[in-house]
Amino acid sequence: MIAQKLNTKDTGKANNTALYTTGVAGEPYLTDLERTAIDHEVAQVPYKSAAVIEALKIVQQHRGWISDDSVGAIAAYLQMSPAEVDSVATFYNLIFRKPVGRHVILLCDSISCYVMKYGDLYTALQEKLNIKFGETTGDQCFTLLPNCCLGCCDHAPALMIDNDLYKDVTVAMLDCILKKYT
Amino acid sequence: MERPLTQYIHPGCPPFDLREYEMTGGYAALRKVIGSMSPQEVQKLVQESGLKGRGGAGFNTGMKWSFVPMGENAPQPKYLIANADEMEPGTFKDRLLLEGNPHQLIEGMILAAYAIQADISYIFLRWAYKKAAQLLRKSIHEAYTAGYLGKNILGSGFSLEMHLHTGVGRYMCGEETALLNALEGKRATPRAKPPFPQVSGLYGKPTIVNNVETLCNLPHIVNNGAEWFKGLGNGKDSGTKLYGVSGKVNKPGCWELPIGVTVRELIEEHAGGMKNGYRFKGVLPGGASTDFLTTEHLDVKMDFVSVAAAGSRLGTGTMVVMDDATCPVGFVHNLQHFFAQESCGFCTPCREGLPWVEKMLLSLERGHGTAEDVEMLQMHTQLLGPGNTFCALAPGAMEPLQSALKYFREDFEKHVELHKCPYG
Repeated sequence: MIAQKLNTKDTGKANNTALYTTGVAGEPYLTDLERTAIDHEVAQVPYKSAAVIEALKIVQQHRGWISDDSVGAIAAYLQMSPAEVDSVATFYNLIFRKPVGRHVILLCDSISCYVMKYGDLYTALQEKLNIKFGETTGDQCFTLLPNCCLGCCDHAPALMIDNDLYKDVTVAMLDCILKKYT
Repeated sequence: MERPLTQYIHPGCPPFDLREYEMTGGYAALRKVIGSMSPQEVQKLVQESGLKGRGGAGFNTGMKWSFVPMGENAPQPKYLIANADEMEPGTFKDRLLLEGNPHQLIEGMILAAYAIQADISYIFLRWAYKKAAQLLRKSIHEAYTAGYLGKNILGSGFSLEMHLHTGVGRYMCGEETALLNALEGKRATPRAKPPFPQVSGLYGKPTIVNNVETLCNLPHIVNNGAEWFKGLGNGKDSGTKLYGVSGKVNKPGCWELPIGVTVRELIEEHAGGMKNGYRFKGVLPGGASTDFLTTEHLDVKMDFVSVAAAGSRLGTGTMVVMDDATCPVGFVHNLQHFFAQESCGFCTPCREGLPWVEKMLLSLERGHGTAEDVEMLQMHTQLLGPGNTFCALAPGAMEPLQSALKYFREDFEKHVELHKCPYG
């Protein structure tokens, strides 16, 4: 199934994991920068596959998301099967297996933000950006995602864009916040 | 009133660096322990202090340590892990300690590591705590430079490595065996117990996982003694506790108070009472996976024993207040949506049951529910309850549902009767 996915999605270039072990830096391969960063993580764990979450984080940091090709490349590098890597990649909320926009908006939808009406923010964001949860704006600027508790319950409702946390957010503040990223 | 954990934390100001921390008595506990106490003596001291795990389970910390194999023949390396994956909805207490005094956590970790003679330590930090990550990296580096971490700490022969691991988001990572799987680069599914992590944990080696707040208490217990720590409590438990209140109250926040203050004191005095126009209806006393308490429980003391006697759990001690304008069915639906989404999918009752519970609640909330749905929800509180699932996630999810069905049943029935949400 994974082989099929590799064949049919993304660039359609790769269909054999053996391909990933050689060659120059490109989509199906890891770049030198990525390899160096992954090597650093591998050196700190007893066996290679223990560094897979770190490897996914590193590749995502460079490419924005984890494509099937990236899964294959990481698998080959850490001597795992693509299925093993994908099982980990799809488990964690913050590893993106689909392309995302340049900025990811994480709107907290947990209980304190529910009580403090995060729903109003969601309605306003949908209108302003013309996207729903899980979607990306046409200009690839924003992806909007729901997010579990941001640990900011005393300042609910809260949202996070990239590395920036916004507290006590009101609908009136949204334009000003979004403007920073456009 | 003593506030050992937060006395040097001033929200809005940067935390102490190493020098400032040392000038206010920091790392004195480490010097004392390394100079004059055996690991067993540290374990005994903490056991006698009555310190219970602040992550929610409330197990005696010294007792937990005592199951770790000690001596020359013990497996190596041993691990000490700080659980900083604070992700229980409604919980924001460890953030205060992580951002407010990172060296206090590091010192606490070194003390715990010494007590179990661990070789390697990790801080398992939530991805969302970006500021804490930055501060911890800096503080760990400072501690290495000063000789509090690394080889032969303060010439004692005791060595400890410390690493910061930031997660990639999954509630299950807070469960200690799932956390170990995540650290090993696997899916964060829980492990079967026994063997317990104390014997076979990270990479199959003896491992202790302690909550951030638990670890931060250790320097103070070492400096001031077990009796002092016991004396800090107001009720049946020892020490202070970080309490938090969120919801429609005037001053939501987090405070360090003697363990055992009442629900009323927290909401009315510290959180400034309910916002104008809203009345108190119920409260989750310790995060999303704890049973509701209501107006009849306002004088319950917030310690492990008293909250349990009232039919709930102290949990993390950070409460979410439900006001009279918030629909209890919608409130519980929000919680079940979270739990259904965060279920690791490993065991059937949790994987299949929680989405059904979520769907039934949504249908009720939208006015499409029937009386049978309410009965079916009631049944699920048993089916997904303790003993029927692999770990505590689903039973935890059932706690607010079963108590909502008990205390706010009229609200559920109204939705069926009116074919809509009475809260609009």
